[in-house]
Amino acid sequence: MTEPILAARGLSKEYGRGPALVRAVHDVSLSVGGGESVAIVGPSGCGKSTLLYLLGGLERPTSGTIELAGEPIHERPEARLAHLRRHAVGFVFQAFHLVDELTARENVELPALLAGASPRRARERAGELLRQVDLEDRAEHLPSALSGGQRQRVAIARALANRPSIVLADEPTGNLDTAATTEVLRLFEQLHASGQTLVVVTHDERIAATANRLISMRDGRFVGETRLTGGTARSLTEMAGLES
Amino acid sequence: MPRPAELPAPEPLHGYQLRVVQEVLLALLAADPAHGYQLRARLALALGPLAGALNDGQVYVTLNRLEKSGLVTSTRVGQTDRPDRKVYTLTNAGRDRVSAWLKDTSWPKPAPAEFHLKLVAAAAAGLADPVGIVDRQRRELLIGLGEAQRAALAEPDGSVAALLLEGVVLRLQADLHWLEACARYWNEARKR
Repeated sequence: MTEPILAARGLSKEYGRGPALVRAVHDVSLSVGGGESVAIVGPSGCGKSTLLYLLGGLERPTSGTIELAGEPIHERPEARLAHLRRHAVGFVFQAFHLVDELTARENVELPALLAGASPRRARERAGELLRQVDLEDRAEHLPSALSGGQRQRVAIARALANRPSIVLADEPTGNLDTAATTEVLRLFEQLHASGQTLVVVTHDERIAATANRLISMRDGRFVGETRLTGGTARSLTEMAGLES
Repeated sequence: MPRPAELPAPEPLHGYQLRVVQEVLLALLAADPAHGYQLRARLALALGPLAGALNDGQVYVTLNRLEKSGLVTSTRVGQTDRPDRKVYTLTNAGRDRVSAWLKDTSWPKPAPAEFHLKLVAAAAAGLADPVGIVDRQRRELLIGLGEAQRAALAEPDGSVAALLLEGVVLRLQADLHWLEACARYWNEARKR
């Protein structure tokens, strides 16, 4: 296998101390290769979101190491970490986290501008991405004028602005109804098919089913991992009740 | 290696499939008489990517059977450039059967009991870890869900077959929710 995009070893995150000590993440190791799509599932409070924030350098681990695109981010100063987050990682959050005062297009332009792209280049890239998420006709709308599904599609376009090595998504359908979930699902299928490396934390089994690796987490630890490839014993026609 | 003893063969299946095809063909004939190939095309459209399950001869075999039971009649229509084709017409008995079918509320059975008892028995006998059994089952269903979902996404807007695939997706989701509850229970039981 080629060098992993992301390699974490012995990762732990503790909050508080003494009797109030909480081990949110406890001795987790994970390696994600290029083009892999990994879903991390588990009950609320199992530490999966904290883990994602550690992997993306939004929080620092109590112990353990993380290499992102070959760089050991656990020992990098904040300024370097911010640079890496902008260039190597695309984040997608449950609550979208769009800038309310900016239009859809401006939201998607923002990461490229922050990374030093020219306004013209940032605008071109935003145009491409809004086309990719099928929201060209909503480019000049403020987030408040968009549906939940559309906002999340804008957020996904924004996450891709700087062609990140990896996209990290935290419950991307957690705030969405069934129809909007389908819109996001379609994009995740496309991203995976296009070879984008992805780690998604979710309790939505529809999103989990788009991944090719499934990791179960409980009480801060990995308790199981399985590959969602290699077909199933039951065919689609059987599942539909056309064969018994 | 000795082969495991075979279980006795189950009763021959009076499959949901066969019954449904009979009733559906009758219902499709309720408005107008039709050729076998027209009926087949209607079924194929409704099934979309699953139409492969309908083998070519099945519609014709079923129509013959329905004719023998007096539910349809057929007349041969001559064609100049091809062999004669049969046109099928619904009889009064067939019409009664269709209205009974439309009123019938029987439903394919969901079957959680067998899996539930498998977990209980595995735990009681100490044969296997129920959590491991649940995890393997979840993997199967997630792979199925992924397939069904991709097939649904590939359907064009307004496709009637997408509705069938949505049914498959929703049922698998319900099963996966239940497996989640199974995992929680047996995981706790392991600690007790």
